[in-house]
Amino acid sequence: MLMLKCPNCGVTAEETEFAPGGEAHLTRFASGSEDQAFSDYLFARKNPRGVHFERWRHAFGCGKWFHAARCTATLEVFGTYTGQTSTPPDDITAAVKAKRPEWEGFK
Amino acid sequence: MKRYSAFAIAREAFRFHSGWERAWKSPTPKAEYDVVIVGAGGHGLATAYYLAKNHGITNVGVLEKGWLGGGNTGRNTTIIRSNYLQDESAAIFELSRTLYEGLSRDLNYNIMFSPRGVLMLAQTEHELRAWKRTSHANRLAGIKSEMVTPERIKEIVPIIELDGPRYPVLGGLWQARGGTARHDAVAWGYARGASDRGVDIIQQCEVTGIDQTGGKITGVQTSKGAIKCKKLCVVVAGSSGILADMAGFRLPVESMALQALVSEPVKPVLDCVIMANTVHGYLSQSDKGELVIGGGSDGFNNYTQRGSFHHIEETVRALIETFPIISRLKQLRQWGGIVDMTGDRSPIIGKTPVDGMFINCGWGTGGFKSIPGSGWATAEMLADGEPRNLAAPFTMDRFKEGRMIDESVAAAVAH
Repeated sequence: MLMLKCPNCGVTAEETEFAPGGEAHLTRFASGSEDQAFSDYLFARKNPRGVHFERWRHAFGCGKWFHAARCTATLEVFGTYTGQTSTPPDDITAAVKAKRPEWEGFK
Repeated sequence: MKRYSAFAIAREAFRFHSGWERAWKSPTPKAEYDVVIVGAGGHGLATAYYLAKNHGITNVGVLEKGWLGGGNTGRNTTIIRSNYLQDESAAIFELSRTLYEGLSRDLNYNIMFSPRGVLMLAQTEHELRAWKRTSHANRLAGIKSEMVTPERIKEIVPIIELDGPRYPVLGGLWQARGGTARHDAVAWGYARGASDRGVDIIQQCEVTGIDQTGGKITGVQTSKGAIKCKKLCVVVAGSSGILADMAGFRLPVESMALQALVSEPVKPVLDCVIMANTVHGYLSQSDKGELVIGGGSDGFNNYTQRGSFHHIEETVRALIETFPIISRLKQLRQWGGIVDMTGDRSPIIGKTPVDGMFINCGWGTGGFKSIPGSGWATAEMLADGEPRNLAAPFTMDRFKEGRMIDESVAAAVAH
């Protein structure tokens, strides 16, 4: 059972209160883009064993989206942060780096 | 290989069972193989077996990080059925089910295939219509399945409660020739058959890197040294993304935990497999008497082979409404496996961007039932260098080309 803190309303709750939304920080390709880019945006995923940046929604709370940095190998949550960004903020990457010195950084 | 038979048991009974040989060899890896298969689960071993048996390719190494059959092959709920909606799925799953019927004889290894019947309940009007559509599609594809009424369901499964207030049983899709098999035995039988034909199965040999020159595969780096190969096939289910990352491409796959549990053993109460997709639960009774119960997968990326307790709770909470008799059973144990989910919930069998590297993955929550057919189709692809008819629809290109094999909607949930 994951414990997540919603950065929008500040509530810390169990994962049953949240809905997972998959990999975060994807670059959106829509009509007019190359087939491969559109396909990759829709389907291709990093799916790493380790540090993962992902989207969550506080479905049974404030209802807003946010981001989380989490380890898929241990289920450790490094931190949550605003949904209004296209890259993880420095304090989150620093928190990940502190726990996972071998981590190569956000790509 | 000494064959197993009633005579062999009698013979060994007279000499303190001293004459049984090891079921498969444990060789040291050669420097080079024609084909290297990564992953000694059911699919990898079946691929190796059919490569040797159907195509005469025996210079094959199967590399396994842990022990063979120790991943999802040993963690599933052993359901075998082929009543899929789409033609492409029906073809490969029906081949699989047909092969399962004769597999014990083919392998000379008792896989305990039990065609006890699979019943998929319709508990909403929508689901009833969906199953009717599937039953018509099955008929067109030559797969025997039929719609059954609630009265007939009560005959097949006397312990069912038809009139549950939230999820009344409105009908069902019955595939009498579906069933279960002993999952470990499937892996062991294929391993024994492949090993006997000259395939090297190398356990505790983790692949740590993939070697390529000019976009062409040359070999793999492993915990037991470098191994060269002409063709490489990755058959590692939940770990597919890790291997793809080593080779430098991405897959349309996400790894998630799928959980199952067994109850304490009880006397026989259920002699078929029940799938209740509306409530995300399926159950059957093992020969030991435990009720084997599975649910839906957890929703987030996960490599830990464990899931969240609330999924187990949801599954059981819904099932006890339809099967009140199980409400007081204790849970004996619970576990999770890492399933590789694709966008359309259909598998990927095909080439990769790296020349000479092939992949078989994306079976998601439906891997066990497809082991023989998947191995058959993958062996064809490895022998020819191109997928034949059976595997051709399942290439990775389908996501780019928009020709999904949509079993996601067709199956409603559990797959």
